[in-house]
Amino acid sequence: MATTLQPVDAVLVGFGWTGAIMGQQLCDAGLNVVALERGPWRDTPTDFATGFAQDELRYMWRHHLFQNVSDDTITIRNKIDQEALPMRRLGSFLLGTGVGSGGVHWNGQIWRFLPTDFLTKSHNEKRYGKKAVSDYDMTLQDWGVTYDELEPHYDQFDKLCGTSGKAGNIRGRIQPGGNPFEGPRANEFPNPPMAQTYGPTLFGKAAAELGRHPFPHPTGNMSQAYTNPLGAQMGACTYCGFCEKFGCGNYSKASPQTTVLPYLLQKSNFTLKTESEVLRVDLTPDKKRATGVTYVNSAGEEFFQPAEMVILSAFVLQNVRLLLLSGIGKPYDPKSGEGVVGKHYAYQTMSSVNVFFDDKILNPFIGAGALATVIDDFNGDNFDHGGLGFIGGAYIAGMITGGRPIEMIYTPQGVPSWGMEWKHAAAKNYLRSFSLSVHGSCMSARGNYLDLDPTYRDVHGRPMLRMTFDFTQNDHKMSDYLTDRAAEIAKAMNPREIKPNRRSGSWSVTPYQTTHNTGGAIMGDNPKNSVVNKYLQSWDVPNLFSMGSGAFPQNAGYNPTGTVAALAYHAADAIKSQYLKAPGPLVRA
Amino acid sequence: MATKVNQQRRKLLIGSVAAGVAGAAVASIHDGELGAPPQTIRGAVPWKEGAADSPPGASGSGYRYFTATEAEFIEAAVARLIPNDSVGPGAVEANVPFFLDRQLAGPYGRGDHYYLGGPWPKGTPEQGYQSRFSPAQLYRAAVAAVDKYVAANLGAAAFAKLAAADQDKTLKGLESGDIKLEGGVDAKSFFTMLLQNTKEGYFSDPIYGGNKDMGAWKMIGFPGAHYNYKDWVSRHGEPVPFPPVGFKGRPGWTEG
Repeated sequence: MATTLQPVDAVLVGFGWTGAIMGQQLCDAGLNVVALERGPWRDTPTDFATGFAQDELRYMWRHHLFQNVSDDTITIRNKIDQEALPMRRLGSFLLGTGVGSGGVHWNGQIWRFLPTDFLTKSHNEKRYGKKAVSDYDMTLQDWGVTYDELEPHYDQFDKLCGTSGKAGNIRGRIQPGGNPFEGPRANEFPNPPMAQTYGPTLFGKAAAELGRHPFPHPTGNMSQAYTNPLGAQMGACTYCGFCEKFGCGNYSKASPQTTVLPYLLQKSNFTLKTESEVLRVDLTPDKKRATGVTYVNSAGEEFFQPAEMVILSAFVLQNVRLLLLSGIGKPYDPKSGEGVVGKHYAYQTMSSVNVFFDDKILNPFIGAGALATVIDDFNGDNFDHGGLGFIGGAYIAGMITGGRPIEMIYTPQGVPSWGMEWKHAAAKNYLRSFSLSVHGSCMSARGNYLDLDPTYRDVHGRPMLRMTFDFTQNDHKMSDYLTDRAAEIAKAMNPREIKPNRRSGSWSVTPYQTTHNTGGAIMGDNPKNSVVNKYLQSWDVPNLFSMGSGAFPQNAGYNPTGTVAALAYHAADAIKSQYLKAPGPLVRA
Repeated sequence: MATKVNQQRRKLLIGSVAAGVAGAAVASIHDGELGAPPQTIRGAVPWKEGAADSPPGASGSGYRYFTATEAEFIEAAVARLIPNDSVGPGAVEANVPFFLDRQLAGPYGRGDHYYLGGPWPKGTPEQGYQSRFSPAQLYRAAVAAVDKYVAANLGAAAFAKLAAADQDKTLKGLESGDIKLEGGVDAKSFFTMLLQNTKEGYFSDPIYGGNKDMGAWKMIGFPGAHYNYKDWVSRHGEPVPFPPVGFKGRPGWTEG
């Protein structure tokens, strides 16, 4: 029997980036806020200090900071007619847990989506016709929010993180050295770009020779010491090469710990509870209002936390699952196309090209999470797709995040993965090779969705989330075209040889790709096509807000965190300026 | 035994948290596993003295998990996966079998980060690892099954007794799945795990028992757990002259 706790103004379910942002915003507005995080407390000096942070085995391969799937995982399949089976070990994506969650072990790659990315359906339909947006069973939608509406909130996140980069478009004026394709920014980045190592520099040179427009990757790795608007201080990055999958021991990577917590935890109206997993959102009998959440802690004690407002700020897969388990919104049915919760699950379409030199030492171990030179010439609708048979695109990055040898030894085409030949190839190529990353969009499709598994249950007896997903032909064509563009740049670098790694076959759960899972709780302009409105407010339960990449109606060719954060700030703004004065729907259906 | 101690400790710790002590001086179970005590944090960033989450290195000598027969198999197999020559150490010379033994004797071997609940249909290749076996169980079952296959088909007493060329042929058969094993062992799953774990032992920090004398790092030119490369970021194409360093330092630095 659950113990009922004192009511609060808002309860946050999950404490990663969106939990930290909403906590800070709502506490500053004077609300009494409790955050429930299912994982442990973590902080820089105790949990990823420089004395032991650079540990590839423990963090990458033994999943020390990731969700432990032993008592709760998801089930997976490629197609509706297959039997979904449990993801028995993390692979394709590396789910976070604990305070800071994925915001601790991310790379710090901070992007804004293009203005046209928010109009995926209407823009592409207008330019390329109806077929282009409905081929291959695609089910695209506009977002119901525009780039211009989000720009001030992208800016807020850049200032919070101290994003290091070079603007390419300030209020419509194209800036040399930046990304000329980006949407207009109100301001230059808070910090200058990072210094580029040899590999990214060679990439930038070759790309420019081909007429592309290279620029430094915007990054939450600090190019210099920085103090953010909340007073949190960060140090300059030392390029140790252990960012993604690792915590930063040097206070150089933006995370909830380094940017928000020192400020937020001093506030008397904020409480953070760890090892506390929310089982469901509780509703009034008419299901039109959330009364709070029920959670269980690691001691097995169950509590009911009453709240005026419930903010789902866990990762997309948990948010969608909680909506389904709590009976909020109509579940999506891929056969009829009816329902909304779980629909438009999408991912990221990744490929790469390895580049091998004989005469150049690249020192790949000198790296950082977003240390790259990038081109955006073939992303979104930055190029003419006429006659290509696909929409969307990718950025191409000459990137060196590090040279961690279990994961990042590249060997040429035809070299076996073991034996003397492999060893000699590893010894010969480690210092002289790197990889171009092709970071592609992923369009939503009728058969790609999330629902509850009929067979497998977690340690609490709840159905696991079931993921049904495969890449569409649109995404395969896009990825092939983009991989060819990357290979052109690779060849222009005059290496000894290259090895393209195409996105072929069905999606597999095993090889690491990205933790950029999106959709399932999508936003839109009316309750028939979406779960939440442009302020991430549930159409069905107006005192519930669902944060995160679950709101993406399809995924663009960029890392999602910048947009996830901008959407959270946008929601917080509407809550503070409108909702608190008159609690109720912020958009009339 | 360890689990029991943790549970008792957890009960004590929960008492102090339930009493509402903000940022109480509780030592979390800092092993990244499930079930650290719940904490209520309010008023300040908690600081826990002496609670750094330092890495769990390998200790002792000899094998704890492998039987003598299994050790022979493993030593023979990893010697083919990464053979020894003047370019760099082989997996045996890098102490990979010891690394594997300690990994399988510990949380990884128990499948602490695997979901192993049923039912257990085989699934498609895209659905990844689908077995009821934890890694340690899989090794145990697979080594016996491969030796049985070798005895039945190749006329040797065990894999370890085969000539190197026949060992390679057998490993290739496991890798491709052309060799079918008995005892519910999926040959490809085992090979994939063995190869991955072998590379882990070869290239991970020496505190875990492999990568002896940082020989694998020396071979490729990886300087190890270095913290600061700022002076080298813009020195394009120059070899970085640092000898490798591990968490415990390096010979000649920390010793003597």
